Amino acid sequence: MAIISTAGLARTFQTKRGPVDAVRGIDLTVREGEILGFLGPNGAGKTTTLRMLTTLLAPTGGAATVAGHDLATEPDGVRRACGYVAQSGGVDPQITVREELVTQGRLYRLTRTRAAERAEELADDLGLTELLDRKCAALSGGQRRRLDIAMALTHRPAVLFLDEPTTGLDPGSRADLWRLVRRLRDGHGTTVFLTTHYLDEADALADRLVVVDGGVVVAEGTPSALKLRYGGSTDASLQDTFLAITGRSASPADAAPVAV
Amino acid sequence: MLLHDTALIYGRYLRQSLRSRFALLFGVLMPLLYLLFFGPLLTDLPLGGQASSWQVLVPGLLLQLGLFGASFAGFTIILEKGQGVLERMRVTPVSRLALLLGRVLRDATVFVFQAVLLVLAALVMGLRAPLAGVLIGFAFVALLTVSLAALSYALAMKIDTPHGFGPVVNALTMPSMLLSGLMLPMTLGPAWLDVLSHLMPFRYLVDAVRDAYAGAYATAHMLYGTLVAVAFALLAVTVGTRVFRTAGA
Repeated sequence: MAIISTAGLARTFQTKRGPVDAVRGIDLTVREGEILGFLGPNGAGKTTTLRMLTTLLAPTGGAATVAGHDLATEPDGVRRACGYVAQSGGVDPQITVREELVTQGRLYRLTRTRAAERAEELADDLGLTELLDRKCAALSGGQRRRLDIAMALTHRPAVLFLDEPTTGLDPGSRADLWRLVRRLRDGHGTTVFLTTHYLDEADALADRLVVVDGGVVVAEGTPSALKLRYGGSTDASLQDTFLAITGRSASPADAAPVAV
Repeated sequence: MLLHDTALIYGRYLRQSLRSRFALLFGVLMPLLYLLFFGPLLTDLPLGGQASSWQVLVPGLLLQLGLFGASFAGFTIILEKGQGVLERMRVTPVSRLALLLGRVLRDATVFVFQAVLLVLAALVMGLRAPLAGVLIGFAFVALLTVSLAALSYALAMKIDTPHGFGPVVNALTMPSMLLSGLMLPMTLGPAWLDVLSHLMPFRYLVDAVRDAYAGAYATAHMLYGTLVAVAFALLAVTVGTRVFRTAGA
């Protein structure tokens, strides 16, 4: 069953140099409980799409439903069903981890007691218990990212959007985060919609990939189906497959290194 | 829900203000310097009317405090946009209006606190004014702060960098201060300046607070001051609400 479906979802920004079509028309469906990897070169429209699906940005064209709620007419329903972790995260460095978690619970309309309990549960679940009374500024990159995700899970969302969740993390923290994402899906049936530039991450984590370029979907399928179709064989690297799809480089056959 | 959310946002930002006590006191510094080093120059000057020079100057300094402080309130939103805090809140079901009102009410609280400090210092310097008048003055500071902070946040939502925001606010606040006669009554100046200053909404506020400090409550100045302050606050909060509802869109 589709938990997200979009039809011609588009966003044009008006700038001083004229209109810019950041997203030209995205058609995609995400099945419930799926981990979807949303790939594309810089400027392809990934973040803009995510910001539209999470109600942060109104589309200028097309339509979408998220968890049964229409994006345009029921933004509150979409907000209650979604968690979102932006690239930059979203915590105040001067505030303690506990205060941020409790405030987040209160923003989702939990009572004061329930919000305090939920903060403890989330901290326990994401290995933040020891850090609850530290300021967010004192956390390491990996800890910060776990806190960002804990904040997004406050209301047990059906869909979790992660925008480049492992950028800047060390290999150990990345592996932790992959385990966490799998655990969320396997344990709670959470649908995870994530963007990444790390193709090994997409390969290891995603059930299905959607590749966007120039604001439209240019390919979609399981990692191995895409490798077979665009890379020539299921043994092709996702890197070569990606480059072949987006046309950012010559096809793998004549990928001779250029003299430097 | 609006009340719940507004109280939540108000609490969050009031705690933020209390964490930086230095900034809380620093805000009073500029009007305090005027009080100490400019106020004594006026004591023997003929400023018109029966009121003492302190009853004329202190209302102006109170509104100056609100004008300069609240106009820069938007800086914090620019920082929070960079940290991602604003978007993180905007993906929750929290009321959009509460995101504005909670902040604006925090600002009003902070500025009334600073206004109390300023008036206490003025009492030491020689101000004598009726208590009711002083309280009316605080009400005007609160309303002015609500208005200007709402506009400042609305502007900050549209601007991405602090160095884009600062010059715009400076360019608006300086002429506002000079043309509204915050330092000296505009009636002292030539007719053209007096007429020009009536185009400034703050002119009506400062005239009203000066009347209040002189113990005159049922005057035309008070009526116009109240009308302008309330109308300006409604307009500013409406603009702010509209921007907060559609921000990013």
